[in-house]
Amino acid sequence: MIVLLGVALVVIGFALRVNPLLVVTVAGIVSALLGGISPLHILEAFGTGFTTSRSVTLAFLVLPIIGLLERYGLQQRAKALVSQAAALTTGRLLLVYLFFRQLTAAFGLVSIGGTPQMVRPVIYPMAEGAALRSYGTVTEPMTETIKANSAAADTVGVFFGEDCFVAIGSVLLISAYVNASYHLKLDALQIAIWAVPTAVAAFLIHGFRLLRLDGRLESMSDDRG
Amino acid sequence: MIGAEWIYWLCGFFFFVVGVQIAFDREHPKRWATSAFWCLFGAALCAGSFITGPGAASALLGAVVIVMALIAGIGLTGRGIVQTTTAAEREASAARLRNLLFVPALTIPAVTVIVALGGGRLVIGGRPLLVPGSQTLVGLGVATVAALAVGWIVLRPKTPGVAFVEGRRLLESVGWAALLPQMLSTLGLLFTQAGVGTQVGAIVQHVVPEHSRILAVLAYALGMVVFTMIMGNAFAAFPIMTAAVGWPILVQQMGAHPAPMFAIGMLAGFCGTLCTPMAANFNLVPPALLEMRDRYGQIKTQVPTAIALLAVNVCFMLIFPFL
Repeated sequence: MIVLLGVALVVIGFALRVNPLLVVTVAGIVSALLGGISPLHILEAFGTGFTTSRSVTLAFLVLPIIGLLERYGLQQRAKALVSQAAALTTGRLLLVYLFFRQLTAAFGLVSIGGTPQMVRPVIYPMAEGAALRSYGTVTEPMTETIKANSAAADTVGVFFGEDCFVAIGSVLLISAYVNASYHLKLDALQIAIWAVPTAVAAFLIHGFRLLRLDGRLESMSDDRG
Repeated sequence: MIGAEWIYWLCGFFFFVVGVQIAFDREHPKRWATSAFWCLFGAALCAGSFITGPGAASALLGAVVIVMALIAGIGLTGRGIVQTTTAAEREASAARLRNLLFVPALTIPAVTVIVALGGGRLVIGGRPLLVPGSQTLVGLGVATVAALAVGWIVLRPKTPGVAFVEGRRLLESVGWAALLPQMLSTLGLLFTQAGVGTQVGAIVQHVVPEHSRILAVLAYALGMVVFTMIMGNAFAAFPIMTAAVGWPILVQQMGAHPAPMFAIGMLAGFCGTLCTPMAANFNLVPPALLEMRDRYGQIKTQVPTAIALLAVNVCFMLIFPFL
């Protein structure tokens, strides 16, 4: 039971808004010590944990080219493009992106989107450009809301799209784990198909909220004046 | 055969170059510690290629990682100011280059997808060109280099190195949060080794009522959510909750069909991923990259969707597996 103290440390640390890096490092060391792991093995675990998870960090590899494009006005161009399409509001634009992200992820094309290569350079500036056209100016709280919703559309889209694809990590994990543990013969396709109803529900729920975003932005812009 | 290791070296090189730039920046508010953080991060990414399995080298790398985490964790690192173009200059350049600006940006997904889908079919001298299973990462690496080359041709910067100055600007806006996803994955490893999962599983088994279908489904779904929020991803929660509730109670006792029960159970866990700062690469890195004021702003936006979708998933779990 005492090893659960490490979990409690994480919860308390995040609740008190201590720097997450510090929380995670300390909680990891404490739980490992309570679990009877020797200090040398703890160091090893930090080493192997880092080595085996390096692929997450590769997301930052695109930053030099994205930064270079921003230097030459990529965000400004994305904004300008949207200002020509009068029917495209912030909410509708993000709805289209949500659909695109879910659909491509459902075919396994997970790396097409993402914040570094898609949301920051193209989607967020377009969403803000649409708001700028609709309301004249965009206040600081509106910018925060648009940024949060751009990132959220990307995450919701990829989560509830990728599970419909047979060769994605979570689907393979389910079939590998239950087949090995319980001597079942579940096919990855059977599992992926049962992810489709939830994917549709995710699109309807989040899409509905995105369409209501326009109303919220409008009242935020009214508050200002 | 071409594997994925060179891509880690490329990324390590980029981080190292950022560290060196900061070391030369006299105006940087926290010059030396920030420089050390990125240099160590870059070196560790490269060193990982030569460390296989546990041992002294792995322990040494572990010590370096802990030092990095502490340097940043106690607030010794900071963000410098990087010289870039003004808003007016960007407007002018956007008006001049127009849609040409999208070409390098779209090169990234296009090349990634081509290599990821077609790279496995390339055969030279009877052997596959790419190490099996590495296509997606190799695709990302090739795409990044290709996009950079296209960018240099289209934009014609005065020096190619300006890309790394701009890269530093963005990487510094992410800051220490860049290390968080990897630290969280280490925490998951330590939790598992320390037996946190088995403890949670044991508790859940005691609490779950054995004869109510609704309560058992709720226990499976909510257990997935809570445990996913603690561990940062649903993958770690799935085996534990399935062993505690999903298999023995729902499938064996109540006769649920396993495929829909497990598939939707995992998706219930994904609702938890939307709500937790422990899923740093999905929920904390994007706000940092978008330079949001509220680091938890994206999570707050996702919570209502997660709650509604969880309710839908619970309904699905009560219906589909029992048809």
